[in-house]
Amino acid sequence: MNMKRWITSGILAASVLALAACGDGSNESSGDDNMKTVGVLQLVEHGSLDAAYEGFKEGLAEAGYTEGENVTFDYQNAQNSQDNLKSMSEKLLKGDPDLLLGIATPAAVSLANETTDVPIIVTAVTDLVEAKLADSNDVPGRNITGTSDMVPIEQQIALLLSIVPDAKTIGVMYNAGEANSKIQADLAEAALKEAGLEVKVLTANTTNDVQQVTTSLAKDVDGIYVPTDNTFASAAAIVGEVAKETKTPIVAGSVDQVNDGALATYGIDYKSLGIQTGKLAAKILDGDAEPATTPVETAENLELVVNDEMAEALGIDPASIVAPE
Amino acid sequence: MNLLNTFLVLLQSATSQGVLWALLAIGVYLTFRILDIADLTAEGSFPLGAGIAAISITNGYSPIIASLFGFCGGLLAGLVSGLLHTKLKIPALLAGIITMTGLYSITNRVMGAPNIALLGQKTVFTIFQDMGFVKNNAVIIAGFLFAAIVILLLFLFFRTEIGLALRATGDNLAMSEANGINTDNMKIIGYMISNGCIALSGALLAQNNGFADLNSGIGTIVIGLASIIIAEVLFANKSLLIRLITVVIGAIIYRFILAVVFEFNVEANDIKLASAIVLVICLSLPQLRTKLGLQKIGPKPKGGQS
Repeated sequence: MNMKRWITSGILAASVLALAACGDGSNESSGDDNMKTVGVLQLVEHGSLDAAYEGFKEGLAEAGYTEGENVTFDYQNAQNSQDNLKSMSEKLLKGDPDLLLGIATPAAVSLANETTDVPIIVTAVTDLVEAKLADSNDVPGRNITGTSDMVPIEQQIALLLSIVPDAKTIGVMYNAGEANSKIQADLAEAALKEAGLEVKVLTANTTNDVQQVTTSLAKDVDGIYVPTDNTFASAAAIVGEVAKETKTPIVAGSVDQVNDGALATYGIDYKSLGIQTGKLAAKILDGDAEPATTPVETAENLELVVNDEMAEALGIDPASIVAPE
Repeated sequence: MNLLNTFLVLLQSATSQGVLWALLAIGVYLTFRILDIADLTAEGSFPLGAGIAAISITNGYSPIIASLFGFCGGLLAGLVSGLLHTKLKIPALLAGIITMTGLYSITNRVMGAPNIALLGQKTVFTIFQDMGFVKNNAVIIAGFLFAAIVILLLFLFFRTEIGLALRATGDNLAMSEANGINTDNMKIIGYMISNGCIALSGALLAQNNGFADLNSGIGTIVIGLASIIIAEVLFANKSLLIRLITVVIGAIIYRFILAVVFEFNVEANDIKLASAIVLVICLSLPQLRTKLGLQKIGPKPKGGQS
């Protein structure tokens, strides 16, 4: 009986591994120096992060690296299960990549934990120094550099205050579980207090809590600021609904959020941040730059985007909303 | 040989992570099997342990002390769940969920931020890395050491009067009460030790992964349960000590299965579905074996019956 069990298990294990090895074989680089391999690790499926990846591929293409011709991408998405990040990072490294891309802080840190040689580009990370990925933004000092999605908080607050000049209390809402959001929310709170306003802060854990938090906050404040928060960006539609009902102007951190439900932003578009990241990566792949001495970039293209439909629903003339100084 | 190489690399990775997750599986086993309580506190005590250890390490404490602090945090979390269940008579499932929800905020406060990076910090594994071992091997050695100590301590504990009373409480509540065992206290002790182990697992994994994250607890109960069930399916009817050891093996096998799933280059969207399907295949092995006539199912017949 025992013999049979061992033989069966052995055959099963061997066949599974054979299949796995076949699957793995198709992904190996041909050893051709012209074909660069880029490993990508993304934390979760999400509009902004997906747009960043699309932009990254576009940016690389514009700099001469076309998928299938001289670059292949090994894309892994942890589907918000952080326990998979380590296994996926190891898998990416096994493919012997020339460059790694980490999208969002946990993915970036996971890659950084695996290698100190392979160049790592990160994006959708707000503060690389705080995440211990770089020694400083000007001289990262290791094998890691990238683009920060830090938005100009002071200018966004100025935009919000220009829409509601008579405001007494402003609300800030975000998901306390997201490192990027906390950094931005703290800055927003400081900027608002400096402008002499009362600040009310509420947080939501998941997209299921967003409606309640927004309703709760909207009734107490004259305007709301939402940073580039994954949770609130996913639920931007319901945020917009509540804003229309309560007639609360909402300024958000990124363009995607405005398209889906907020009123306005003077902020970043994750797709163009991705393109910027791709161009940065191309420089590293060309060998023209080293991550240790390449400064971390922030978004170059900031735009004022107004959701006209939302503006009309709130009774505000879209033309009256202008970019802050 | 490519096949052998892939196998060994995956096995090494699975072993290094699996032995750390095994502590979580052992913790879940304590409440799920020994006490017969469905306890979801794990999803809260796991990041609590990770967070306490991370904040301690970044504040200069030795990594072993930091991990023990994490363990103590788990003890407290288990105490809360235990009290909610026994004194306030809240059903076990809800008590666990309540504690898990509350712990989210508490862990956030303890950590001060949703994510703490441990890159470049001393961990319990750097002691072995300094001896010259590769990171994965250092983790395997340290992990097995921790697992061995925990299993040994648990084994000795379950042979003491309190330990036996705990096992009795889980096996037959009414009979235990009739024999004068304070079942409420036994349950509380069980909750505490269980979540202590889970938090210790969180502390070690944070050091392995290089960061502690507030959201790292999501899905961990599934990992624990899967490891236990794989162990029970592969090694049926074992004594307590052997069972605890097989749970470690089960955790390693679960990690290995997931690593194999990733090797198939599944579409990123479909990874969770693929993992679920592979798990179903593994867990239906006993049915398969019965159908193929390889093994009888059911417990071994007792001595008195023929």
